[in-house]
Amino acid sequence: MQLPSYPLPDPRGRYGDFGGRYVPETLIPALEELTAAYLHFKHDPDFLEEYEYYLREYVGRPTPLYFAENLTRHLGGARIYLKREDLNHTGAHKINNTLGQALIAKRMGKKRVIAETGAGQHGVSVATVAALMGLECVVYQGAEDVRRQALNVFRMRLLGAEVRAVESGTKTLKDATNEAIRDWVTHVRESFYIIGSVVGPHPYPAMARDFQSIVGEEIKQQLLAKEGRATPDAVIACVGGGSNAIGVFAPFAYQEDRPRLIGVEAAGHGLTSGMHALSIGAGRKGVLHGAMMYLLYDEDGQIQPAHSVSAGLDYPGVGPEHSYYAEQGIAEYVGITDDEALEGFKLLSRLEGILPALESAHAIAYAAKLAPEMDPEQLIVINLSGRGDKDVVEVMRILEERRGSRLEGQVPQEVA
Amino acid sequence: MTTREAFERAAAEGRAALIPYVMAGYPDAAGALELVRRVLPFADVLEIGLPYSDPLGDGPVIQRASERALRQGTRLKDVLEFVRQVRALTDKPLFVMTYINPVIATGPERFFEAFRNAGATGLILPDLPPDEDPALVAKAHAAGLETTFLLAPTSTDARIGVVAPFCTGFVYTVSVTGVTGARDRLPEGLPELVQRIKQHTGVPVAIGFGISSRSTAAQAARAADGAVIASALIRAHEEGRPIEPVLEEVRLGLFRQVSA
Repeated sequence: MQLPSYPLPDPRGRYGDFGGRYVPETLIPALEELTAAYLHFKHDPDFLEEYEYYLREYVGRPTPLYFAENLTRHLGGARIYLKREDLNHTGAHKINNTLGQALIAKRMGKKRVIAETGAGQHGVSVATVAALMGLECVVYQGAEDVRRQALNVFRMRLLGAEVRAVESGTKTLKDATNEAIRDWVTHVRESFYIIGSVVGPHPYPAMARDFQSIVGEEIKQQLLAKEGRATPDAVIACVGGGSNAIGVFAPFAYQEDRPRLIGVEAAGHGLTSGMHALSIGAGRKGVLHGAMMYLLYDEDGQIQPAHSVSAGLDYPGVGPEHSYYAEQGIAEYVGITDDEALEGFKLLSRLEGILPALESAHAIAYAAKLAPEMDPEQLIVINLSGRGDKDVVEVMRILEERRGSRLEGQVPQEVA
Repeated sequence: MTTREAFERAAAEGRAALIPYVMAGYPDAAGALELVRRVLPFADVLEIGLPYSDPLGDGPVIQRASERALRQGTRLKDVLEFVRQVRALTDKPLFVMTYINPVIATGPERFFEAFRNAGATGLILPDLPPDEDPALVAKAHAAGLETTFLLAPTSTDARIGVVAPFCTGFVYTVSVTGVTGARDRLPEGLPELVQRIKQHTGVPVAIGFGISSRSTAAQAARAADGAVIASALIRAHEEGRPIEPVLEEVRLGLFRQVSA
């Protein structure tokens, strides 16, 4: 296999104004070293062979590109394909990246990996590859998320990772990331920081993108085999930090007959509520976690907490390459509210027998709006980035809460 | 008093310069000013922290102070007012420590001009490697502000060569790989690190992170021209201890003949 070569970032890690390395100086030499190592391994046949081996034998790639016939018929428009990243080992696209980074860590002689996690999916993924590679693993998770995601905390511990609850700030992903960076500054010589998305200082956004690009590359081959053309009319993916989306956008973004690339941000309770994660939709250029990106902050520059029903989208920033795509009009970014995402969750469960992650349900919900406006010969690919098993308790809680308030005393007819 | 004069005055007294840290809005607006009054007699240069929501270079003590200051409702305009009030108390150099996002949010020119007019001497920018945005640094200089950037034990000679020329106030040398916070002792190798830095710049070199006691101050004084004390002061205040004995201990440690 090969890893892709894209025109961006530039040698300074910039996507236009976005990206860069806004970190304490202590980390700069480590980032320079990592950049050199990554550029080396990216072209090292031995590394690529090992990465491919584990993707195939351990992760279970390639994942299917599934024609969602029932959903297509129900919506009555474009033909809809689902890229089944939910079928990967550990249940999401995350492992494409964590596996690649862990293999680099090992080859750089690092004995210890650190990670941040929100809901715990990235943490589980890192704990998994750390167990596989025999690496010591420390995962930082906001105290609030530790409480809400007890099952994933237990999973990580079963996998041998140490989970450290972060009590600072909003006690969520943003603060867990701060704490992971603090750990990295302190143990920079022996530790490798595995960032979970296409965020962070250069070379992280590029490295995570390259590892995730296998998803889009597979789509091209699979679509060609099934439909006789490699490029669909629209590609839809949810966007928090943006790693699953970049994996299906980047392989198409720089080609001439580019499909519509649609990133779906979490609109939470809606734009005007102030409780959302619309980093592109409502943010401005700013710096968080080492990169310039579209970001939610107040007039003084204090970072504002994001909100989404889905913990994986609950992040106030968005990767620098997405920021660039948005600014340049290469991709379009839209919002889906918590309520709409829940409808998407139910829709796919009912029609296709597939429980999507609440994150991915945002992409489903947007496809449900778009598909009926398109022609039957047009093709939509949705990146089904993760499975929804992790979310069923939360969805049950929300639906029961609503029934309680709306249908007082009545036995609910609808079951999620 | 210029920054250079402040360091030279300390050197003439046979010691390294003392740079205490006070955060605007901690424990509250009036309390912060009271802390300034108490640290000024010990200070050669004063560092003023701008509270920030995501201080990723800071350890738990300064994080807590930041959260408290923000919870009190400290806004950028309050920090500016604080700098004005401190300037009315002293002619010593005042360096404002800020993460870069508030600068970007305000607009660099507006931010720099506002702080210059409030009486700031310079800025310490802990999450901006200066070569990331040389134009922004030039704007600070154009506004009449000095700039201070961080160097660390991990800094290569090449990085020192890049960063040191951007430091027009002093160089802030991080004593350890890590975040801010008091430590029992500082690592070996600081004198060598400072010597490597001094090959690239004529401005004073101060050491920060981990200075909390007479012995850590003495270690810093053996290596460099000045020492920053931050977390140890805030921790003393948090615990209800007077800060003067902490400052006095550190000041004694900074005398070169005493520590020799």
